[in-house]
Formats: sequence, C-alpha cells, structure tokens
Amino acid sequence: MVEPLAAVDESFFTDRSNGSCIQDNKLFCPGWVADNYDRYVDPTLQHLVLVGSAVAAGFLIAFALAILAHRHRFLSTPFLAGTGVLYTIPSISFFFLLLPVTGRGALTAIIALTAFNLQIIFRNITTGLRNVPSEVTEAATGVGMTRTQILWRVELPLAMPEIIAGLRIATVSTVALATLAVFANGGGLGTEIVTGSNITFKTGIIVAGSIAVIMAILFDGVLLLIGRLLAPWRRVAA
Amino acid sequence: MEAGGGVIYPPLASLGLFGDAFQFVFSGREAETGGVTVGGTSQVLDLAAKQLEVTVLALGVAILLALPIGLVLGHYGRGEFLAVSAGNAGRAIPELALIALMAAAIGVGLVNLVVALAILGIPPILTNAYVGIKQVDRASVEAARGMGMTEAGIIRGVEVPLAVPTIMGGVRTAAINIIATATIAPLAGILTLGDFIISRNVYGDAGVLAGAVLVALMALAMEGALAGLQWAMTSKGLKLNRS
Repeated sequence: MVEPLAAVDESFFTDRSNGSCIQDNKLFCPGWVADNYDRYVDPTLQHLVLVGSAVAAGFLIAFALAILAHRHRFLSTPFLAGTGVLYTIPSISFFFLLLPVTGRGALTAIIALTAFNLQIIFRNITTGLRNVPSEVTEAATGVGMTRTQILWRVELPLAMPEIIAGLRIATVSTVALATLAVFANGGGLGTEIVTGSNITFKTGIIVAGSIAVIMAILFDGVLLLIGRLLAPWRRVAA
Repeated sequence: MEAGGGVIYPPLASLGLFGDAFQFVFSGREAETGGVTVGGTSQVLDLAAKQLEVTVLALGVAILLALPIGLVLGHYGRGEFLAVSAGNAGRAIPELALIALMAAAIGVGLVNLVVALAILGIPPILTNAYVGIKQVDRASVEAARGMGMTEAGIIRGVEVPLAVPTIMGGVRTAAINIIATATIAPLAGILTLGDFIISRNVYGDAGVLAGAVLVALMALAMEGALAGLQWAMTSKGLKLNRS
C-alpha cells in the first residue's frame, strides 16, 4: 500500500560483509552499518538543514509576535490561539495542506515544522517577559531608560533562561518530527526509515532513528551551554 | 470564502484540488489504480473511527500507566530526575522510527500500535503530573494533613484539583502526539485516515489533500474537547483566581 518515495537502490539490501544478517533481516547488522555508513551523510545534513531552518524561522516569527504581544497585551490571546491551532495540526497533515500552495519538497516541510514550533517558543518568551519582577522594570524606568531600552537591556536578558528553555523543547521536538519530512519529499533521516516501498529494514531504521536521537541530544546540549553563557547570574544563584 | 456571492456550493471545479478533495470525501473518486471507487463518506467514517479508536486506546493506556506514578512521585517529591528526564527524553523519540521499528521488529497489528503510541504519550503525562503536584502550595498540603486527611486523600482532594491545569496540559500534549502519530499507523498495518495521505498511488492528490484536512480537523476537535474537559474539571475557585 505504501507508495515508493524514492528509487529503490537494489544494492541496498545485499550485504557486502557478513553473510546472512541482511537476508534474514536480523534486528541489527553491524557489518552492514560499517560498510554503508556513508549513505547516512546526506540525509543527516538534510535533517540539520530542515531543523535549523524551521527553528530559526520559528524563533524569528515567535520573537516578533511575543514582542508585539508584550507591548499590546490584548494581542496575547489571539496569538496564543493562532499558534495553538498551528501546533495542534499534525505536521504530516500540514505537509499536504500546503500541497496546492508549495507542492512537495523541503520548503513545504520547513514551513510545517516552523508552524509547529511557533507556540512553544512564543509561550516561553512571553512567560519569561511576564516573570520579570515589576520592581526591576520600575527601577529601570527610574534611572531614565526608555521602554525600548528596558526591553532589550533588562527584560529580554532576564527572560533569557525561559527563552532558551523554549528553544530547547522546540529543537528537540523538531529533530524528531523532521523524520516525517520524507512524506513531503523533504529529505532528511526519514528517507532512511521509509526506504522505497519498504519499512521493514530494521538495521536501517535503528541507525537513522539513533542519528536523530543523538542529533537531538547534541542540539539540546549546545543550547544548554548557550543558555549558561547568556545567563551567568543563574550559576551564581544555583 | 464565497459568502459574498450568495453561492453556497460553488462549482467544485473552480476550487481546483480542494474541490477534488471535497468530492473525494463526500462521494468518492475512482482509484488511481483504476476500477474501484475510493473515498466517500463510508470509508472516511471507517478510517476516522479507527484513528479515534487507536488514539483513545493509546491515550488511555498512557494515562493509566503514567498518571498514578507522576502523582505519587510529585506528592512525595521523589524521583524528580526520572520524571523530568522522561519528559525530555520522550520528546527526542522520532515517531516515524518508533512506529517503523515496532512494526518491523515486533510485528504489525492493533496491540503493537497502541503500545508504540502509548510510549509517546507517557513522558508528557508523567512529567506534567509530577510538576503539577509538586508545585502545589505546601501550606495547603500541611493544612489538609492537619485536618486529618490521609495521604491518598490529600492527593485526590487537594493536590489533584489544584494541579488540574498542569496535569491536563500534559494529557493534551500526549493526545496531540498520539493522534498525529496515529496518522502513520498504516505503516504498522492499521488503516487510519493517514492511509489517504500515505497511499497516494491509490487515492491520488485529491485523497491526500482530503486526508490532510480530515486529520487536521480531527486533531483540532480532539484538542478542543480536551480543553473543554479541562475547563469542566477545574474547580470554580481556580477559575475565579485566574480572571
């Protein structure tokens, strides 16, 4: 029933190293991985591009929305509802809702993943800004800072831990979700899970899935470090 | 969209692919492979019912397993590392790889699918139950203990009602994950609405778009229903405090 998504590479299922492991489709065939690790390079790079673009675009849009909602409180509810709808629509469904507009490809996948991200990031930025103690902003006003100065030099730096926390959740979730981009012909590690008309190649599923998990952990660690660097006072408090 | 013109159903052809999708849902279209008619309300309802069934089953299993553990850990303030890292790790599970591996290594079928989907639902429910209970004001808990309530009574009567918004937040996240992943259930041999999306060679672009719209509507309806449930479960006092 499953449509062939890419040309099936016949050599793919013939084991070059250790006999019957691939023919028997054992749970994990290390020999095959050692011989074929190079086939995961391109999908991994595509995956990085999908995640990087979606999180970057999601952050820029959510940041702009959050700043607007911070200035004009009445916008907060419609923004939350709008991003909530985009978050709720399953990505795989979103890919094909975009079909008449952007067709198939990486752009479609990036748009859908961005739409998914918005609420997570928006929520964390607004929560971070709202949690800045009013004494602090009043003191900043007292020393003659303008609203824009207060936003950039006081509120946003204090909200940084929340903002980074939102980015971490968004990034890790997007790394996992981006495996579905294969259904939109968007590339990524999903292409090594749904190989041709076939999702029964266990070793391939395990390798591609593991790369995605490792990528998520690495992204999470890097963002954690960035958060520590940008909010050094946290370390003193902790 | 066409409200100004007074035309309720404009000719479907003028809607392009959306018109085809509309026709696919309500009257069916010839399969791309020729011969049989696919789509139509009866097939749509069948697949929608199956998608709802696996979603509800998986969410139920996830709640039964994760909620009691989260509540008890939160009540005693133990196992923070477990509860919080479960939530973080759960987000990193690639849904497609999980479903594919489950189907390839353990086998296709309803039970396996429900187990795989429940695995996706457990982390957010566990983490939110833990965090929600732990955040309850300790003074309220001490007061309840002073009045002679049992520990189980405190969880049921004091902590859970105060933590409903956070707990339900976890359930809603789990529900969204599960219903979204139930869309790729056809890969594990269970035909849900996702079959319209995945089997383009049978249903064509009209079927793909129809499937996408139906899955989106179903997810939104489910989220709306759970939001309503949360509102109904939240005590009057909490609602007053919030407004």
